[in-house]
Amino acid sequence: MTAALEIAGLSVAYGGAVQALSGATLTVPEDGFVVLLGANGAGKSTMLKAISGLLPFENGAVTAGSVRFFGEDIAGIPSHRLARKGMLHVREGRCVFPNMSVEDNLSTATFALDGRTPRKTRGFDDIYAYFPQLAARRGTAAGYLSGGEQQMLAIGRALVGDPRLLLVDEASLGLAPLIAREIFDILGRINQDRRLAILVVEQNVALALRHAAYGYILENGVISLEGKAETLMDREAISSRYLGGGHAAVAAH
Amino acid sequence: MDAFLVALLNGLVYGLLVFMVSAGLTLVFGMMGVLNFAHASFYMLGAYAAFLSGRYIGFWGGLIVATLAVGLVGLFSERLLLRKVRSFGHTQELLLTYGLFFVLEELVKLLFGPTPVAYRVPDELRFTAFTIGNSQFPFFRLLMGATALLMFFGTYAALRFTRIGLIVRAAVERPQMVSALGHNVPIVFSGLFAVGSALAGLAGAVAGMYYPTSPAMAHELGSIVFVVVVIGGLGSLNGALAASLLIGVMTSFAVGVESTFGDLFRALGLGGLALPGLEAVQFSSIAGVLPYALMLLVLLWRPAGFAGNRA
Ligand SMILES: Nc1ncnc2c1ncn2[C@@H]1O[C@H](COP(=O)(O)OP(=O)(O)O)[C@@H](O)[C@H]1O
Ligand SMILES: [Mg+2]
Repeated sequence: MTAALEIAGLSVAYGGAVQALSGATLTVPEDGFVVLLGANGAGKSTMLKAISGLLPFENGAVTAGSVRFFGEDIAGIPSHRLARKGMLHVREGRCVFPNMSVEDNLSTATFALDGRTPRKTRGFDDIYAYFPQLAARRGTAAGYLSGGEQQMLAIGRALVGDPRLLLVDEASLGLAPLIAREIFDILGRINQDRRLAILVVEQNVALALRHAAYGYILENGVISLEGKAETLMDREAISSRYLGGGHAAVAAH
Repeated sequence: MDAFLVALLNGLVYGLLVFMVSAGLTLVFGMMGVLNFAHASFYMLGAYAAFLSGRYIGFWGGLIVATLAVGLVGLFSERLLLRKVRSFGHTQELLLTYGLFFVLEELVKLLFGPTPVAYRVPDELRFTAFTIGNSQFPFFRLLMGATALLMFFGTYAALRFTRIGLIVRAAVERPQMVSALGHNVPIVFSGLFAVGSALAGLAGAVAGMYYPTSPAMAHELGSIVFVVVVIGGLGSLNGALAASLLIGVMTSFAVGVESTFGDLFRALGLGGLALPGLEAVQFSSIAGVLPYALMLLVLLWRPAGFAGNRA
């Protein structure tokens, strides 16, 4: 069975100088729920941008390695074409369109369906079913939503594009604990219902590992630890890693 | 009262004209952060294009040809010039459009000479639309205002109700995110740039008949248009409309005021304090400075402009 995403030996540099990722290898199975953990500046967002083709916007480039999306090598494919292949990226900071209504925000993703799925322009009932709060506010400008609602909108918008792989950067950053849990619950349900492959970047280790099946830890641009969520839950292994302490053994698959 | 109405109407028409030129500039800036110095040059080109083609195909045909021709010039400027320097950053883009501004001006001087050409309101349009008191309001002014209004509502409807408008609105807010949602941002941008240029061209074709069509046109409107975009908030169409109308009306009233600073000081009971040099200066003579003064105030008080949400 081909994986949704297979990254091998991926290195990324910004401006030809700042090395942000070095030889990272990571796999997301076809209906897997994988979490990428790591401290600030570890290179998590860089990895997602490299996958979804957004690096050129920030003067970054892949310098080595490969990214395969359902078996296809996607090196050099621009981000809008990747989105149309079903690679949808919920960016750090949500990036909703603040002056546009919730409904219009959702509509912007319908273009990602071009050439794959018949396009719909009205009625996002399936999306609102996951996020009832948004349904009540469909005419409101996104800028007036709370942080949690904006994150729901950003995820909902990505779902409108009918993803085959969903990338979520900083799923719970800046959200109240209860809202953060709700977001992860919903991601878990989406993963189950739609058999949708999800790769989520998160800093709340405990929360993420309770929902994801598998995890990777990124440190200074290098994958330093990976394993099943239960294994990684072993707090000591992780916290020692985070504090830059001893070299815990890499957990086996 | 009549004088007030006339000044108001004149101000609104001038404001709408300024808006026609600012609309493209503000959207292009909002989307790609490109501050296009040569935008007002497209306005000038529009007047010359209409002047040239109008001789053969008549006034209305000239308007259409000017709009399309300037749209094409905009498209080529973006694809052949701007795009090449994009990866070097906004400073290079700004310098490039700055250069383009002078190249276009010199080119027009070379072809048509430095003085105004005889681009005039056609005779069949020279009549009075209505009279207020004893001042006559020429039909042509009305036509200018109507064109601008039509353009505002057209642009607004296109942005609001069409699929392309949806992307442009989104792209003006967050271009990268739009790319991540499956839109080809460079193509959207080229299209927007071309349409913005075409609108400036149309504005020039209409205004060039009323005001002198000369190489200086770009200078005259260029700085005002920048003021509008700054005051209205970079990237905001509504803000640009509000700022254009405000500046138009403000200038129009200031020009009509015959009082001097001396009168103002006396009215405030400060007659003795007034500086002798200011005493005899009329308000009308500072009309030209008002927009820039307003821009400074807005920058100090609300750096992002009326409707801006950008830092
Ligand atoms: N646009 C950029 N230009 C230059 N350097 C960048 C850019 N984005 C990130 N970096 C650098 O790359 C490294 C990884 O950043 P990032 O991927 O954003 O980390 P994380 O998402 O894990 O916090 C950091 O050292 C950061 O300074
Ligand atoms: Mg990050």
